Amino acid sequence: MPEPILRLVGVQKRFGAFEAVKDIDLDILEGEFFTIVGPSGSGKTTLLRMLAGLEEPSEGEILLRDARINEVPANRRPTCMVFQSLALFPHKSVGQNIEFPLKMRGVDPAERRRRCLQLMEQLRLPQDFYDKSVKQCSGGERQRVALARALAFDPEILFFDEPLSAIDFRLRKMLEKELKDIHKDTGKTFVYITHSLEEAMVMSDRIGIMRDGGLVQVDAPDAIYSRPANRFVSEFMGEVNVLEVQANGQGLYCPVLERAVQGPADTGFERGFLVIRPEYLRFLTNGESADNRVEGVLYNEYALGSRIQYQVRVGSQVFIVEKLREQRYQGALDETVTIGWDARDSVLAPE
Amino acid sequence: MTTLDQRLALPGTARRRALPRWLRNPGVLCAIPMLVFLGLSFAAPLLAVLGYSVMPPRTFDFGQGLSLENYSDVFLESYYLSFMKSLGLALATVALLLLISWPIAYGMAKLFGTWANWLTLFLVIPLFVSENIRLFGWVLFLIKGGVLLGGAEAWLGITAEGLIYNVGAIILGLVYVYLPFMLFPMVLGISMVPKDATEAAEDLGASRWQVFREVELPLAMPGIMIGCLLTFILSLGSLAESKILGGQAVIMIADEIETAFTFGQNWPLGSALSVILIVFSGTLVITLLRWLDLDRILGRRS
Repeated sequence: MPEPILRLVGVQKRFGAFEAVKDIDLDILEGEFFTIVGPSGSGKTTLLRMLAGLEEPSEGEILLRDARINEVPANRRPTCMVFQSLALFPHKSVGQNIEFPLKMRGVDPAERRRRCLQLMEQLRLPQDFYDKSVKQCSGGERQRVALARALAFDPEILFFDEPLSAIDFRLRKMLEKELKDIHKDTGKTFVYITHSLEEAMVMSDRIGIMRDGGLVQVDAPDAIYSRPANRFVSEFMGEVNVLEVQANGQGLYCPVLERAVQGPADTGFERGFLVIRPEYLRFLTNGESADNRVEGVLYNEYALGSRIQYQVRVGSQVFIVEKLREQRYQGALDETVTIGWDARDSVLAPE
Repeated sequence: MTTLDQRLALPGTARRRALPRWLRNPGVLCAIPMLVFLGLSFAAPLLAVLGYSVMPPRTFDFGQGLSLENYSDVFLESYYLSFMKSLGLALATVALLLLISWPIAYGMAKLFGTWANWLTLFLVIPLFVSENIRLFGWVLFLIKGGVLLGGAEAWLGITAEGLIYNVGAIILGLVYVYLPFMLFPMVLGISMVPKDATEAAEDLGASRWQVFREVELPLAMPGIMIGCLLTFILSLGSLAESKILGGQAVIMIADEIETAFTFGQNWPLGSALSVILIVFSGTLVITLLRWLDLDRILGRRS
């Protein structure tokens, strides 16, 4: 088990009367890829800025290898941040940008250049970009320059403030994987923030979900996927079916569907939510069986690239069902259909 | 176009058809009176000055044949010294303004928040009062027995000679009068420095001084250069400061020009001095703006 490199104890940040970050306790482990996920306004950027030394916490302690660093300014911390805007220096070339932290440390020009070209190679930036203006670089190239600049600093921890949010889908998917590769190659601790749980899933060793300034759940991606701490976490993962249920001694009862439903073993609460991912719902044809069966009307269908999404209305409840394009449902719209799911494919989340 | 012409068609249309195509453009037509006015009021005096500068000394009309005597007089009769002095004073003023304006401009752009508006107001209000009157205010303040020294004598018993009628007083006047012309372009320049860039520099290990030198200064440079250019040109051509605060301590070039036209009754000499000043300032502005290449500094293209 790796040691915690960064330890947050009761960290809070207030701006006037507004509590941006509320009482966070968190250990970030040496060498892990930790991602903080939350909607905008959840306080994740403020939290990261406190870790980087750009804000000071109002309460609590931030410990780096057990030494308090609350008041240590950003330029004295062995950490480095890749900004959302990337914050490249527009008046400097690619080479000058990457060499910046080395220049600040007084490294001589020849060594700076050697180190810079080495990083450019590692990040697959062509060597003749050295004198190119960063203003002429494409979005993906600028990402790499920003990352190379941060790596040139040789920090113990690298922070990322949604650096991929402004990048188009295909390039983003590629850069996510590259980033994970770089994490593996360098062995450094990465702390990443994003509003996309999907992005977090691709890269992270552990994920912390933030909401209204507090951490809701901290877990490995698989655990978050299969055991979301509450409805907020499960809905954050994308479109899911959420059924309000009550425990009534014998099992679960769903008031909206006015019937009992089969779910995972009772976890001891009276009211909760049954979460079923759309890909686990099946159209029941030819007498196919399932733990839970409901009848509804196939209202509409949407093509989502590789998958087709169907909307099935059962009373006031709308179910979404997703099938791979190759396995699309062959029925007509506005007809009555039977859909179903197995108890093991659903997750019970507390209020 | 046709419909517009038809709508504009008034009596006399037939004659207008004979006009060349570019003249039928309503924009050009509307601009003509203003162009004529500008031509007469802006270009004509300049041409007159240029014309007079090549007339023989002490003539008052254009019919005397050409002569370059005025230009040689500038260098033979030590007028060039006034030129050098003006240049020196202007450079000193710009240097002082740079030092004084940076902290104020930095505060206004980054730190003061809404207080910056009040500061702007306080800096602008004096501009409503004539420059000469404000300079006379300084005379009353600094003169022997004035507000400062009179007060010092009455309350502290310190007696001193007046603080005006010297080079320092002229520079004080120039710095005081032209401060807004340095400050406001500089505020604009500094507010163009993205907060992210300074934070990133800090995060990458730059000290306060390194952030200033590597990021803030180069990114604010367009504003700073415009401020320098404005204040330099204005100081070079200034007259009131040396007359009112400087007494006869330093004769500046604008002073010489005025004397040549009025007391000296030597219009051609005054014109030659003016032409030299205009050519010098003009060349400076053009070369500096070309070298500056605002777009490149702003990073819009490389």
